[in-house]
Amino acid sequence: MEEELSPETTTPAGEFLAGLRDELPILVGVFPFGFIYGVIAIGAGLSPLTAQAMSAIVFAGSAQMLMAQLYGVGTPGVVIALAAAIVNLRHLLYSASLAPYLRKLSAPWKWLLAYLLTDEAYAVTIIHYHKSRRAPSPDYRHFFLLGSGLALWSTWQLSTAAGILLGTQIPASWSLEFTLTLTFIGLVVPSLKDRAGAAAAITAGVAALLAFALPLKLGLVVGSLAGIIAGLIVERRQ
Amino acid sequence: MTVWLTILLAGLVTYTTRLSFIQVYGRRQIPAWIARSLRFVPPAVLTAIIFPELLMQDGGLNISIGNFRLLAGIVATLVAWRTKNVMLTVLAGMLVLWTLQIIF
Repeated sequence: MEEELSPETTTPAGEFLAGLRDELPILVGVFPFGFIYGVIAIGAGLSPLTAQAMSAIVFAGSAQMLMAQLYGVGTPGVVIALAAAIVNLRHLLYSASLAPYLRKLSAPWKWLLAYLLTDEAYAVTIIHYHKSRRAPSPDYRHFFLLGSGLALWSTWQLSTAAGILLGTQIPASWSLEFTLTLTFIGLVVPSLKDRAGAAAAITAGVAALLAFALPLKLGLVVGSLAGIIAGLIVERRQ
Repeated sequence: MTVWLTILLAGLVTYTTRLSFIQVYGRRQIPAWIARSLRFVPPAVLTAIIFPELLMQDGGLNISIGNFRLLAGIVATLVAWRTKNVMLTVLAGMLVLWTLQIIF
């Protein structure tokens, strides 16, 4: 039986362009996010170079926002890196989910695509991969992740630079750093679809308040762990 | 630890989680308890950041009408719940915060 394939699944360039195209609507939301990160990073006391380097090296929006904020209140580096690690743990799931599709690639390809594996690139890529029931032959679908990943990467670097350049002209009284907290609310609230998720969130929040006085900002770690455990317990009971 | 070391360490850890299963696929499966825990990670971590940001002021708990960030956060939560839209949530919260700051 012949596999029905759309034209863009047959060439590397076609896959690459399809990745770019599917990523475009997401970029509209990513640009302001990167801009605000740049503003917050400078406001927190990071130099323009380190702020931009974080976008290139860590390349993870919410973790970078968190790192900049923790840096601004004098958190030790180890705790900042630990917090970033916890926030980025979800990438394990993305990695596990895409691994079957990328298993035949050479090591350099895997290393490059892993660097580009963000929430936004994963979201469009896994939808694209789920569309084709069987692997096309030859399989150029990794070019799709390359396209979406590079589109996001360029936008993230440019929007960070824009935020760094224009950030110093924005007065502190605008409280722009509060957009970070609001962004997190906008991400968390719609994601709470069941009791276990809600239990995880509320427990984490209350535990973080109770543990607020702990040194080294450990309240964040204590709160997160309490929330995850609460979520698992409630899930088991259901 | 310097800023650069912090960034490199965070970058290394992030990259390792991204590469993990892509690199070792076929040899290891994701442990069940980790897979089950993963979905609770984002809400737990983010709420552990949100609550203190909204409720703690100058090192103490502030649950009152005078806490503008708390009021803005409550409005943002309602908007996020109704619209599921991050940009609208941020806009609504900032509008409430700015309005309260200008009036009072």
